Amino acid sequence: MASAPLSTASAPAPGITGWVVGQVANLGEFAMAAVAGIGDVALFSLRTLGWIFARRQRREVLVPAFYQIGVMSLPVVALTGLFIGMVLAVQSYGQFKALGLQTRLGSVINLSLVRELGPVLAATMLAGRVGSAMAAELGTMRVTEQIDALESMGANPIYYLVVPRFLGCLVLIPSLTVMADFMGVLGGYFYSHVLLGIDYHHYWENSREYVDAFDFLMGIFKSLFFGAAIALISCHHGFHCDHGAEGVGRAATNAFVHSFVLILVLDLFLGIWLNDVQDFFRPEGPRRLL
Amino acid sequence: MPATAPATPARRDEAAPPLLQIDSLVVRFGAHEVLRDISIELRAGDTLAVIGESGCGKTVLLKTMIGLVRPSLGTVRFEGRNLAAMGDRELAHLRTRYGFVFQGAALFDSYTIADNVAFPLHEHTRLPADEVRRIVAALVDEVGLPRNVLEKKPVQLSGGMRKRAGLARALALDPQLVLYDEPTTGLDPIMSDVINELILRAGRRPGVTSVVVTHDMNTARKVADRVIMLYPAFRLRPGESQVVFSGTPAELDASRDPRIRQFVEGRAGARLMELREEQRNGLTPGEESA
Repeated sequence: MASAPLSTASAPAPGITGWVVGQVANLGEFAMAAVAGIGDVALFSLRTLGWIFARRQRREVLVPAFYQIGVMSLPVVALTGLFIGMVLAVQSYGQFKALGLQTRLGSVINLSLVRELGPVLAATMLAGRVGSAMAAELGTMRVTEQIDALESMGANPIYYLVVPRFLGCLVLIPSLTVMADFMGVLGGYFYSHVLLGIDYHHYWENSREYVDAFDFLMGIFKSLFFGAAIALISCHHGFHCDHGAEGVGRAATNAFVHSFVLILVLDLFLGIWLNDVQDFFRPEGPRRLL
Repeated sequence: MPATAPATPARRDEAAPPLLQIDSLVVRFGAHEVLRDISIELRAGDTLAVIGESGCGKTVLLKTMIGLVRPSLGTVRFEGRNLAAMGDRELAHLRTRYGFVFQGAALFDSYTIADNVAFPLHEHTRLPADEVRRIVAALVDEVGLPRNVLEKKPVQLSGGMRKRAGLARALALDPQLVLYDEPTTGLDPIMSDVINELILRAGRRPGVTSVVVTHDMNTARKVADRVIMLYPAFRLRPGESQVVFSGTPAELDASRDPRIRQFVEGRAGARLMELREEQRNGLTPGEESA
């Protein structure tokens, strides 16, 4: 067996040298597992993309997936958006009031919402509500051999199980983001105007001045990447689920954790890139809020 | 090797090329060897029972026969064509000539029994809805299920009913090769015999070849005209084939090999001492073999 000479070579090194060799070996093993894992997800993603175009999608498979992903997620996304809008008003008011700039609250709340918090929160809720459910559902199908059954009947499990979920997340996350943005804007306005007594004219005037269509579209654009990442990561975890209830539970948890981390990583890099794009098209240079 | 003379059941056509041919098959998962040096020749009309204790790789062998598990070494050929050399589409098309009855039936939870049984027909034929309904009803009748189960979900059915629905689905496309994975496990003796009768009845369909993986000696004796016994790879001497018996059920009963006698008579014998030894040493079979 290939592993036998390796283990005998690394085992006898004594003392500090042995410890260092062991640590380097562990690091190497971790790096190889990570690279293999990324490669596996990449192949899975390519196969999913291939099956989108390889065969016409079936309405009776797409509609239930879209309903679960989109319609059923709306209430929770709306509620989260509403509260985060109000929380932004609560947290920013004190700082802005100290500078006598309370009327600028609208710009900072709405800009934060449409550029960052709306898309990220909608994606987080989708990862929590739909991503882990997809991983658990597909994991259970793997454990109970339903995925093998599909293959044994000459049907492709990626076409039947992953593509509808992927398309559902990709197509519907922009709508969920718009809902989170809209409810957040309402929440922020409600708290600022009704509870803190900020003049509504200045609130909206400042919002209009500092938030433009690019900011809104930037959030929507980012959400497409988040939706794709959630679907692919969650379905991949479901497909490669370990046996037993513990395996399914681990797949669901890992689906959420990995999706969430990837959402934040994507958010950072897309944010940097989109800022550059925005500055490129804005000849007067970057905006200043204060 | 004891009593390994190839069996010659009455229905076998020795002049015909084998339907399925497995040559020197080895399957490894990582460093763990699951199947070792297995060669089987299956001719049209055969009913082969694969027996052996739990964990000896019977299910993996069955999944290798349909290409769900890829061989590490050796070949699996269906009508002379190597499964490992086929592309996804070719393999999917070939699988329409197989029927696979899974241990837990592996019916799709979200579909009704009617939709489950109709699945292969929808996937591979363009039959009108009326014709599909007629075939599904005939299949459900054939496996002795009442028509009122058609609109039920799998979770509403007993284990025996699910197995029969799984058999109906496997027979939907008139397969040439039907693979049964532990068809009677978890069923009461009467229902086990019902399933045995159904396997016999399905085997009498024109041109149907069957492979039944089981550790139920009643099933092996009743349905098979040829039996092979697998022995766990980690208990074998180096270089020894995992197939420790190949012959008719009568030859199996007449065998004097202690490994075969122990299984056929269902005696724990020395295995109890081995288990105590493994417990003392904190070993599991997988670790022992690695």
